[in-house]
Amino acid sequence: MSLYEQIGGDAAVNAAVDIFYRKVLKDARINRFFGGVDMDRQAAKQKAFLTMAFGGPNNYSGLDMRRGHAHLVAQGLDDSHFDAVVENLGATLKELHVPDALIAQVAAIAETTRNDVLGK
Amino acid sequence: MPRITYEGTAYECGAGETVLDCLTAWGIDIPSSCRSGVCQSCLMRAPGGGVPQAAQAGLKPTLVAQGYFKACSCTPTEDLSVALPDAAGLRLAAEVVSIEPLNPDIVAVRLRPARPLDYRAGQFIRLFRDAQQSRCYSLASVPQLEDVLEIHVRQVPGGQVSSWVHQELRAGDSVQIADSAGQCFYVPGQPEQPLLLLGTGSGLAPLYGIVRDALHQGHRGPVWLYHGSPTPAGFYRAAELRALTQTHPNFRYVPCLSEGDTPAGLRRGTVLEAALADQTDFTSWRVFLCGHPDMVSQGKLQIFLAGAASAEIHADPFLPSVSPAAAPA
Ligand SMILES: Cc1cc2nc3c(=O)[nH]c(=O)nc-3n(C[C@H](O)[C@H](O)[C@H](O)COP(=O)(O)OP(=O)(O)OC[C@H]3O[C@@H](n4cnc5c(N)ncnc54)[C@H](O)[C@@H]3O)c2cc1C
Ligand code: HEM
Ligand code: FES
Repeated sequence: MSLYEQIGGDAAVNAAVDIFYRKVLKDARINRFFGGVDMDRQAAKQKAFLTMAFGGPNNYSGLDMRRGHAHLVAQGLDDSHFDAVVENLGATLKELHVPDALIAQVAAIAETTRNDVLGK
Repeated sequence: MPRITYEGTAYECGAGETVLDCLTAWGIDIPSSCRSGVCQSCLMRAPGGGVPQAAQAGLKPTLVAQGYFKACSCTPTEDLSVALPDAAGLRLAAEVVSIEPLNPDIVAVRLRPARPLDYRAGQFIRLFRDAQQSRCYSLASVPQLEDVLEIHVRQVPGGQVSSWVHQELRAGDSVQIADSAGQCFYVPGQPEQPLLLLGTGSGLAPLYGIVRDALHQGHRGPVWLYHGSPTPAGFYRAAELRALTQTHPNFRYVPCLSEGDTPAGLRRGTVLEAALADQTDFTSWRVFLCGHPDMVSQGKLQIFLAGAASAEIHADPFLPSVSPAAAPA
C-alpha cells in the first residue's frame, strides 16, 4: 500500500485541510505569506499541497513548485519558513493520530521539494 | 491553444484565458457581472461538452446536464463549441406586486413569477433591467410561508439597476428574472446545531429568509442573527425579528451599530466584533455571512479561526458587477 493510502487517501486530506490551514493562519512566523488570497481558493491550494506531501496523485513538477513559490521567495521566504510549514504539517498529522513512522515519511517527501520551493 | 467556436467562427483562446475574456476580446458581447463565478450572469452552453469542472461549480444539476457553464470561470483545455442560452430557457416574467421602503436606502420588492419558482430562502435571483443588464438579489421570502418572492434592494449611488428599481419601477410592472441560484440556504437534518448569521445592510435579506426557514422547519439549536449598520435608521424588520425572539426562545437578534454613539437596544461595533465577544469558540456551528464583501471575507476567516469547519461556512458577498474594461486581466 502506498503512503497516501496508508494515511487514508482523499478522506485524510479533507480531514487535514482545515486543521492544517488553521494552524498556518495562526502561526505568526508564516501567516503573512497566506494573507490576501480568498479563503476558498487558498483551501483548494492547501488540498493540493497536502495531497502532494502525502505522496498522492499530483501533476506538479519541480519547475511548477519553483514558479508557484517564486513570488513568496521575493517576499523573503527562507529555510525557517519552510521548517515551520513542515512542523505544522507534522502537528496536523499527530492530531489526526497518524503514526510517527508515516509522519516521518511525509516530512521526507516535503524535504525533496525544499530547493524548488525556496528557489535555490 | 484551444479554439472556441461561437456562431460558426473559431476563435483562438490565449493561455489561461477564460471563454468570457476571449470572446469579449474578439468584440463579442457576452453578458457578465461579477466575473468571479458567483452570479451566473455569464451562463453559456457547450452542447458538445468538454468544459472543465470548475466552470460548472455551483450550478444546479439540471443546468449541468444541459451543458451550461460559467464563461467567466471557464479556462478551456480543449477545443470548445459554445452558444449563448436562448433567453426563453433561463428567464421568466414576473409581476411587481409591491415596492415598499424598509429604511432610507433599501426597498422591499415583491414579485409574482409567471410560474412557481423552486427555490430556497437565501438563494438569489437575477433581476433584468433590460436584455443585457441584470443584477443578483437575494430572496428574503420563504416558499412555505409566502406565495410571492421578496427581495431587498439597496440604492447604490449611481447604480444602474438599483437606481432603476428605486426610481422607475412601479407596482404592476412586468419584469424579467432568472431562476434562483446559490448555496447560501438552510438545510434541515441537524436541528440542534447552533447557527450564526452575520449580515450588513441589505445582507439581511437572505438571512431574514434563512432564519424564518430554519425556525419554520423546527430548528431547536441556538439561532443567532447579527445585523450591522452604520446608522440607527439602517436597521429594518427589527419589530418582526424581535417578535420572533418572543415566539422562539432559541432565536437571538442583535442589531450592531458600527459607527457613532450607541442608543439603548443596539450593540456597539461590527457584527463580527459582537459575535466574537459573545462566543469565542464556533466549533460545530453552521455559519452564514451575507452583505459587504469585506465583512464577508473577514468574517469567513475569523469565524474559521474560531473553530468553524470550512464546509459549514456559507457566504454570499454582495460583489459589485465589474465592467469588462475595469476587470483585472
Ligand atoms: C450573490 C449576490 C447577491 C446579492 N444580493 C443583493 C441583495 O439582496 N440586495 C442588494 O441590495 N444587493 C445585492 N447584491 C448586489 C447587487 O447584485 C448589485 O451589485 C447592486 O445592486 C449594485 O448594482 P447597480 O446596477 O445598482 O450598480 P452598478 O451600476 O453595477 O454600480 C455602480 C457603481 O457603484 C459601485 N458599486 C456597486 N455595488 C457597490 C456596493 N455594494 N458598494 C459600493 N459601491 C458599489 C460599482 O463599482 C460602480 O462603480 C448581490 C450581489 C451578489 C453577487
Ligand atoms: C513543504 C513543501 C511545500 C510544498 C510541497 C508546497 C506545495 C504547494 C502547492 C502544491 C501549492 C499549490 C500551487 C497551485 O496549485 O497553485 C502551493 C501553493 C502555495 N504555497 Fe506551498 N508548498 C510548500 C512549502 C511552502 C512554504 C514553506 C510556504 C510559505 C511559508 C508556502 C506557501 C504557499 C502559498 C502562499 C501558496 C499559494 C500561492 C498563491 O498565492 O497562489 N508553501 N504550495
Ligand atoms: S458568474 Fe460569471 S460573471 Fe458572475
